[in-house]
Amino acid sequence: MDNNCRVLSSLKRGQKAVIAAVDPSDPQVQRLMTLGLVEGAEVELAGAALGGDPMEFRLFGCGISLRQEQARHFTVSSLESGD
Amino acid sequence: MTKQTETRVLLQDIPVSRQPDASIAVVGSPNSGKSTLFNRLTGLRQRIGNYPGVTVERHIGTLKTDNQKIELVDLPGTHGLSAHSLEEHITVDVVLGRIAGTQPPDGILAVVDATNLYQGLYLVQQLLELELPVLVALTMSDAAEASGLKIDIEALSARLSGVRICPVVATTGKGINDLRNALVELPGQPAPAPSESWPELSSAARELAVSATVPLRPAEIERLLIDGPIGANKHVLDCLGENAEAEVQRVREQLFGFEPPLAMEARVRYAWVREVLTEVQNQVPVFYSWRSRLRSWINQPIPGTIGLFIVMAIVFQAVFAWATPVMDLIDNVTAILGSMVSNQLGGGALSSLVSDGVIAGVGSVVIFLPQIIILFLFIILLEDSGYLARAAYLMDRAMRSVGLSGQSIIPMISSFACAVPGIMATRVIPNRRDRIATIIAAPFMTCSARLPVYALLIAAFVPPRDIGFLNLQGLVLFALYMFGIIAGVLTALLIRKTALRGPKPPFALMLPEFRRPNIQTVLLQLYARAKIFLYRAGTVIFAVAVVVWALSYYPRANDIDPALTANQAAAVQLEQSWLGRAGKFVEPVFEPLGWDWRVSSAVIAGFPAREVVVAVMGTIYAVGDEADESTLSARLKSATWPDGRQVFTLPMVLGLLIFYACCLQCAATLAVIRRETGGWRWPAFAWLYMTSIGYFGALLVYQLGS
Repeated sequence: MDNNCRVLSSLKRGQKAVIAAVDPSDPQVQRLMTLGLVEGAEVELAGAALGGDPMEFRLFGCGISLRQEQARHFTVSSLESGD
Repeated sequence: MTKQTETRVLLQDIPVSRQPDASIAVVGSPNSGKSTLFNRLTGLRQRIGNYPGVTVERHIGTLKTDNQKIELVDLPGTHGLSAHSLEEHITVDVVLGRIAGTQPPDGILAVVDATNLYQGLYLVQQLLELELPVLVALTMSDAAEASGLKIDIEALSARLSGVRICPVVATTGKGINDLRNALVELPGQPAPAPSESWPELSSAARELAVSATVPLRPAEIERLLIDGPIGANKHVLDCLGENAEAEVQRVREQLFGFEPPLAMEARVRYAWVREVLTEVQNQVPVFYSWRSRLRSWINQPIPGTIGLFIVMAIVFQAVFAWATPVMDLIDNVTAILGSMVSNQLGGGALSSLVSDGVIAGVGSVVIFLPQIIILFLFIILLEDSGYLARAAYLMDRAMRSVGLSGQSIIPMISSFACAVPGIMATRVIPNRRDRIATIIAAPFMTCSARLPVYALLIAAFVPPRDIGFLNLQGLVLFALYMFGIIAGVLTALLIRKTALRGPKPPFALMLPEFRRPNIQTVLLQLYARAKIFLYRAGTVIFAVAVVVWALSYYPRANDIDPALTANQAAAVQLEQSWLGRAGKFVEPVFEPLGWDWRVSSAVIAGFPAREVVVAVMGTIYAVGDEADESTLSARLKSATWPDGRQVFTLPMVLGLLIFYACCLQCAATLAVIRRETGGWRWPAFAWLYMTSIGYFGALLVYQLGS
């Protein structure tokens, strides 16, 4: 898999990444952007609920939970590998 | 936009009795510690919302100094001034002065969580553009320090147009005096310069403001530019004079090009926040404590889900087990008081009114105060510790399969205390279809007013046997709670598949760090709740108890056989009283359910408020053969049909429990559904739907069981 161009939902637990691109055409995505999920923000996958969905991300020290289908709208570039 | 008008009506309803010298709006992100700070600042000098749970109502408190009285308005938490839910609309409308009949605030207290400056500063940037004096309270500065985070207050203030920043620890009171002094000085101070984060937007708004026919604040024009001419922004457009529409369109194209404005706002503002953060804080906060250990344990899907069920089971077990000693005490005191009064006053009508009407009726409701306090204590603790947000996250997938989202969980869990605050808590749900489905499902959750009926019948008819470490009575109670949940969820599913078909709603939820709930905040909320309960017992239930007593005491029977005992005579009297006649009149409707005329009368009397049922039973069973027994549950056990069969058989009791689990006997809930959905259509549907399910459910259980 190309490690430099992946979507947010493909992160593994404990893995950190930087948001590289967001497609803002969907109003729901715009809403998430106002919560701080914008290009340049560093995120870490902290965990997931039963069945891997929704997922919990850490964003500058705060927790935010997204569903997989929403996390797919965010392209990330890896920062370091998880455990 | 309908949302807008709803908001206005809601806030106009709130009477403003005293004229303060100045009014300051308390604004902050959800979970920024805003309510704790508000409680710390105002203490008991507040008109607190009637209900615990999420801050949905306008909470007003007073800050008194030697010669000034300042009003603080605690607003629902919001991440920004671009409102998406009804709650956020309230906040935005108040700070923009859009609420009809109220003045815009004289100043803003921006509450920012020191451990979450990233999102906090996004909101502060927007607040700086309101042209109102702003003061920033930096909460949880102790948690920030503990996580190794250092914030350069002076540098931060310099980047925020020089506004004053007060670091505080709301839970311990550290820094509160400084904040209080700063708040007193705030009104009348010059408004800060707009933040330099997006100069193009600020100057465009100021240029447009010049041609306005009435004075407009730049922040209002900025919202028009970013969110477009929707909702209240249309009014702003009208105030901008002729040809404004084309001009606004031109400015929007120039500012945003082809990009969605909201996305551009997020990009520009957060880019600025990141730049500021590198200057003012040394690192991103990292929590190495019990919080992070707890979080990482709960984050594992299976332990987290099992944990959620264990937590809920403990809550219901505690409600039943812990309250028993205090309840027994109240029960005995009521019985002693009743017999004391009848001994002192002798026979007559007055004695009967006081002992059978007032003491038996009100006492049978007050007895549930311990259970209600325990239930509310748990709900407040779960909410304030940040666990309810976790529950929403863990349950999202399950809720999605019934067409709802995890966000519906918080209103539903609040509804275990009372459906009224639960329904008001649905305002955090942005999607209207979702919101209405949740509102209709919420009254199925077992509220604290159902608890008295459940507790009475379970205590009387379910043996207190131990099964493992659990008690059978507790288990039956738990099963009734589960029944309510399942019925509610199926109802939501049904509605989402029929009347409210639509796409699956989105889900984004902030997950706050676990924190120790603040004792003061918890006690204040518990106190408010207990006050409401006792107030109802002292007014509505008192009145109903007296009316029911009168209906059962009059008309007096003339020709009672003198050979009968006093109790048998009272039974004859009851049967020919107004209440007895009314009960007998409706008995055919309820006879298929196994209810005699006494149970039927109690059920009828309970339609305005279901907790009244127990009070009415208390009054009815205070006379007659059963009165030989000292407690209400013992009296129920000995109740018989005229032919000597027992009334309260197991199928009948189960049916009665099912009836109570479903039936919507609560005028307050109907009123709040009407208010929140804007019409009688949904409350009428909810009432008919729930009452028929209750009736036919009870019918089925009784007929199959007998």
